Amino acid sequence: MKLLYFAWIRVKMGTSNEIVDPPSTVENVQNLIDWIVRRNSVSSETFSDLTTIRVAVNQEYVGLDHPIKPGDEVAFFPPVTGG
Amino acid sequence: MIRVQLEDFDLGLELSNLSNGNHQIGGMVSFVGLVRDMAAGDSISAMTLEHYPGMTEKQLAEIDQTANERWELNASLIIHRYGRLEPGDNIVLVACASPHRESAFDACHFLIDWLKTKAPFWKLEETRDGGHWVEAQTKDDVAMARWMK
Repeated sequence: MKLLYFAWIRVKMGTSNEIVDPPSTVENVQNLIDWIVRRNSVSSETFSDLTTIRVAVNQEYVGLDHPIKPGDEVAFFPPVTGG
Repeated sequence: MIRVQLEDFDLGLELSNLSNGNHQIGGMVSFVGLVRDMAAGDSISAMTLEHYPGMTEKQLAEIDQTANERWELNASLIIHRYGRLEPGDNIVLVACASPHRESAFDACHFLIDWLKTKAPFWKLEETRDGGHWVEAQTKDDVAMARWMK
C-alpha cells in the first residue's frame, strides 16, 4: 500500500510518500490512521486533529469508514486551497 | 479540456483556440486568478503551489464534465498552474463558450467555485516571517454550496 502526504502533512511527516504493509486487521481508513499513529510520535502529532486532514483513496475523496486493501494509494492532505 | 502546467498561459491565445472558428458560439466568459501581494495583512513575496499529480487532473476533468452536462457549452477550458509564482503571475484560467451568455457566466462561475474546494492544490505563501500554508476558507465552501441544487 502506498501512502502519500501533501502540504504541511508532508512537511511534518518528513516524507512525501512511503510504502507500508499494515496487518490484515486494518480494513478501513480509520484503522489505517490508528495503525500509522502508533508507529512513532511524529505520526501521532501529525494526525492528532483529523478535522484538519482530508483523505483520498485511489485519487477519490473518501470518509474515514472507507475500506482499504493492499495495493491502494492512500493520500492524506489538508483542505485544498487552489484556484 | 483541462491542463495542469508549470508554464504561464496567454489568455488571448487560449480564448482564440477555444472559439476555434465555431460560429455557434454566442459568447465566452473567462476568469483568471492572479497571485496577490498581500494576504491577511502580510506582504507576500511569492507563492508555491503544490498539487497531487494524477488526482488533480482526475478532479478537474470531473468538474469540467459536470459543467458540460449542466449547461449548454460549446467548449470549456481549465488551466491551473503549479510551482513557484510571484505577485501578478497567473494562477488559474477558467473559460466557457456557449451560444448564450447566461450559460457561459454560470458555468464559468461554477467551475472556479468548485475547483477551489475540490482540486487538490495547496498554497505555500512566502512572507517576511517565512513560509506558511494558506488555510482553506469557509467562504469557499459557502460559494460552492450555492451550486449544490
